[in-house]
Amino acid sequence: MKKYLETYNNTHSVRINDIPVLTYDEFCLLAEELFSEQHKHCLSYHAIDSGKEICFFCIVADDSNGKIYIFSHRSAKPVPELISLSPKIEQLQIFEREITENFGIVFVGHPWNKPVRYSHNRHDTKQVMNNYPFFKIGGHEIHEVGVGPIHAGIIEPGHFRFICNGEKVLHLEIHLGYQHRGIENLFVNENEGLKRCVLSESIAGDTSVGNALAHCQLIESLSEFNAPEDLQIERCIALELERIAVHIGDTSALCADVGYQLGQVVCEALRTTIINTTQFWCGNRFGKGLVRPFGTNYPLKENTIAEIRKILSDSGERYFTVAERIYSLPSVLGRFDGIGAVTTDQAIRIGAVGMAARTCNVKRDIRATHPFQYYRKRRPEIVIQQTGDALARGVLRWFEAKESIKYIFDLLDKWEKIKKSTKPPVYNYKLKPESFAVSAVEGWRGEICHVAFTDANGEIVQYKIKDASMHNWFALALSVRNQEISDFPICNKSFNLSYCGHDL
Amino acid sequence: MTGLLLIILSSVFFPGIILRIKSIASGRKGPGIMQPVKDIIVLFRKNNVFSDTSSLIFQIAPAVGLTAVLCSSLLIPFADKPALINFDSDFVYFSYILALGKFFMIIAALDTGSGFEGMGANREALFSMITEPAFFILLGTFSMLTGYTSFSDIFTQFYMSDSDFVMIFSLIGVYILIQIAMIENSRFPVDDPKTHLELTMIHEVMILDNSGFDKTLIHITTYLKFAVYGSLIYNISVPAGWNIYLQLLLFAVVQALFASTVGILESFRARNRMRKNPDFILTLTAISIVAFVVVIIIRGKMI
Repeated sequence: MKKYLETYNNTHSVRINDIPVLTYDEFCLLAEELFSEQHKHCLSYHAIDSGKEICFFCIVADDSNGKIYIFSHRSAKPVPELISLSPKIEQLQIFEREITENFGIVFVGHPWNKPVRYSHNRHDTKQVMNNYPFFKIGGHEIHEVGVGPIHAGIIEPGHFRFICNGEKVLHLEIHLGYQHRGIENLFVNENEGLKRCVLSESIAGDTSVGNALAHCQLIESLSEFNAPEDLQIERCIALELERIAVHIGDTSALCADVGYQLGQVVCEALRTTIINTTQFWCGNRFGKGLVRPFGTNYPLKENTIAEIRKILSDSGERYFTVAERIYSLPSVLGRFDGIGAVTTDQAIRIGAVGMAARTCNVKRDIRATHPFQYYRKRRPEIVIQQTGDALARGVLRWFEAKESIKYIFDLLDKWEKIKKSTKPPVYNYKLKPESFAVSAVEGWRGEICHVAFTDANGEIVQYKIKDASMHNWFALALSVRNQEISDFPICNKSFNLSYCGHDL
Repeated sequence: MTGLLLIILSSVFFPGIILRIKSIASGRKGPGIMQPVKDIIVLFRKNNVFSDTSSLIFQIAPAVGLTAVLCSSLLIPFADKPALINFDSDFVYFSYILALGKFFMIIAALDTGSGFEGMGANREALFSMITEPAFFILLGTFSMLTGYTSFSDIFTQFYMSDSDFVMIFSLIGVYILIQIAMIENSRFPVDDPKTHLELTMIHEVMILDNSGFDKTLIHITTYLKFAVYGSLIYNISVPAGWNIYLQLLLFAVVQALFASTVGILESFRARNRMRKNPDFILTLTAISIVAFVVVIIIRGKMI
């Protein structure tokens, strides 16, 4: 018998009963075997409570052949103490922490089993924000600096605890959970399709299109629906527009953090032109309402295409000019070069995904490795950087924006040639019963993974969301070690991770 | 007296000019030249909020800081008129009265007990400390050149000295004083007054707990300090014997140019890394030392 089930991204659903159930020992052995190869990383590892027993599902993405492996373990309640996988497979640490928090399962040997987000239905309600067990280092010359959860400026809440020796950071602990809204449960409780869609757009406000697309793909997979080609192209264009806009906006914010006014104001203005294009298309600057299951309310039109072409070639050209200037200015380079470096080894071990991985020379891009929508027919170029520092993260944005603009032009050409099948979205869908589906999307930040399980009536009983930030926050914590504390804001901004995407 | 009045007058326009230049350089419409003054008027009407953990030190520090700068400005002459106060070696007094103000700001920051402010105080103290030699060696150079030790005498005699190299010393003086003014006023490239990131701030983080009236005093202190340094720059760049009306015009021009320099510098570059700041500041000392050695050779004082 095969120990795991193989499937592909965004194709069809699988029956829950087809997922092999292993004993915990087999489960651990298989996990160790799979994760020993560097081209495999964890898409999601979570547990669900099915009444009498707790079921563990581990979903692994294989970057070399585009397959997704699923295997599971079931344990009757009360669950005995389990051996933690984290010491051997570091990337699972956050998932085991989440499982412990939700179900009170003890993972023996987990070095860092602290609460993740204080979910409302957590197992131990005595664990609250105020008694978070921060890591301590003693010594006369050691001091702690706590930043947040309320920050100067308009960012989301999160607490950063630095342990410093003078200006040097020895350790950073990131304490999140302030944004927890119980969004996964809302997906289960809400059975209206439209409301779910709107909800998915609010998982992380800066990745509306990415999350909405992941959700719609999931619903379509559970209904065995294959999107027509023109719809696929439109979705890809929306996703790439979002990527370009955020990358340009981030360039602006990076310049602001080092006090380079020219780069800041120019990129700010350019980002506006891009999001205004999205507004021209669908009426919302962040693309809310653009991606819907089974169809679209806003099919591309001739004038939209003309607008996208005009803005992208104009703003794109300007952005490349200013980006070239930014990343060749000595004073800016002096601030970015060598700051907050994450090594390739670290990135692989913590399971970094998306931009954080690609800046460390790790080719992880769902668009190319596990293609979805139109990416299956035309794969984009993966842009990678080697150094893993703040400069690499800045330059990666520039090159990715360049690649995305080129890609959108290709898609527009293709779209004009094909037959249109404009259909409105469908919200009163019926999902396949007793099924399970995975949907992964490469948002601008990295992979977004939505997973859903249905019961015998085809109702969603469990909905799991994983944002790229789940893995990547740890990369930020590693990147500031032995750096100056004054460089932390640049490191933080260059990762630009999501608080609400993590807290859900 | 004229010197003091001119300093106060130019400090009114100084921040506005910086702001205008930065707005123009970034292609923005930007606020009017009087906006900082309007902000000050608004802030003056607000009350102070004091944290429970802070003591009297925290409450008097902004006033001490302002007084210190006002006292130091009494020493600055204009044209060939001596300053209100002048005595031998008064530049030492000038420097340490400013340092007193800064000292109070530093202990006030420590007084709040905030982790951030301690960090800022630490940085500010370090950078002030290593700026000091540059200033003293520069003034020592001027004393050696002119043979006098008070601001009023030095500046009156500056261009009357028989040295052929006075222009070179003037240029070095202008450069070093501009840089010192930038450091002392927490501007580029050492500090960034616009940043919202507590962890990268130097001066701004020290005054996080100040509000309302006290904050206004701190702002005014900064503006005055700029004008004081601008005045010093003016004094070493324009001969004291020139026509007084021409000098008034030139004073305005020099101050405006100084403010524009600050604005332009802040528009087209990024600030330094924190670790690079000490090197950057020590360079100024190095330049002063070179000037000092040269003046010793010129004056034949080398044994």
